[in-house]
Amino acid sequence: MKVIRRHPRREIHIEGPMTVRALLEHLDIVPETVLVIRDSDLLTRDQRLEADDTVELRPVISGG
Amino acid sequence: MRCRVCRGSAAIEVKRHNAAFCGQHFIDHVRRQVGRTIHDHAMFGPDERLAVGVSGGKDSLALWDILHHLGYRAEGIYLDLGIGAYSQDSLSRVEAFAEERDLILHSVSLLQHYGFSIPDAAKATRRTPCSACGLSKRYVLNEEATRRGFDVLVMGHNLDDEAATLFSNVLNWNMEYLGRQRPVLPASDGLAKKVKPLIRVAERETAAYAVLAGIDYEVEECPLVGGNTVNRLKEWMAMLEHDSPGVTQHFLGGFFGRASHAFAVDIPDLHPCSKCERPTTGERCAFCRLQERAVT
Repeated sequence: MKVIRRHPRREIHIEGPMTVRALLEHLDIVPETVLVIRDSDLLTRDQRLEADDTVELRPVISGG
Repeated sequence: MRCRVCRGSAAIEVKRHNAAFCGQHFIDHVRRQVGRTIHDHAMFGPDERLAVGVSGGKDSLALWDILHHLGYRAEGIYLDLGIGAYSQDSLSRVEAFAEERDLILHSVSLLQHYGFSIPDAAKATRRTPCSACGLSKRYVLNEEATRRGFDVLVMGHNLDDEAATLFSNVLNWNMEYLGRQRPVLPASDGLAKKVKPLIRVAERETAAYAVLAGIDYEVEECPLVGGNTVNRLKEWMAMLEHDSPGVTQHFLGGFFGRASHAFAVDIPDLHPCSKCERPTTGERCAFCRLQERAVT
């Protein structure tokens, strides 16, 4: 699957399918720090991602 | 995962409430949380004229949207910090947001009105840009809110912002700042009443609200934010929250409910700044001193 990350914006490819929880664990991302978005929809950690999905991991920590 | 209200497919889980919500019921949940905060802290009434400090980011635009939907008369104040394309892009998003909802926006340019930008200030003072930015926002938003006759200045600080600030103030035992950290700061001569209605809404929740409510906010981070210590504290607190859901709200809510009175400080004697006449403890206020150094 294609995974879009930000700050800076970049794309990475991960072998799928897997759940959102497994993807975040694989990338060592604390779930509280991102939204997981597919086709403008927010995904919860139990949802399954397919090999041909494009998923955005949008950071939520900002400002200061 | 199912929505707690309608049992439809959930869009977001809120672990500290042991709940998940579909898009519409999450939007309802957040608006209810904000409405409850406004009521519990007697922040403002339905007839008061509100100024919302807006940056183009998720928190301030979500807050403005929520206030609009709760029926309040809220106008936006945007401060253009002069941070190149980032400030231009942020302003475009704020303008589009206001236009789509037929809301009134007041825009102020730091460079045009005060003669310097945040990069100028950071260079001149050799301090972090965030320090000059915070000072400038506090000064200009207060200036605009009081000059334009608003009853209340409403800020989009969320639960994680406030908890990280509290954490920082405790780590440094900054007694003066601890004494001033409140959901409501009353008005005084030359200072607008300031309130923070998002203190029950976590940062991830304001972001989710913005996405679900169709708000096109500035996703990119400020290019000058590198090394911001509050953001680092927020990352650490996110790890704590992951292991112990609710710990952030418990920390902040406990401070406001049971501890903040112990840090209450007498309001220092304020008198007019010799240059701008806004209240200050010194001869010249911190903003005028910053401006003197930054304007070349």
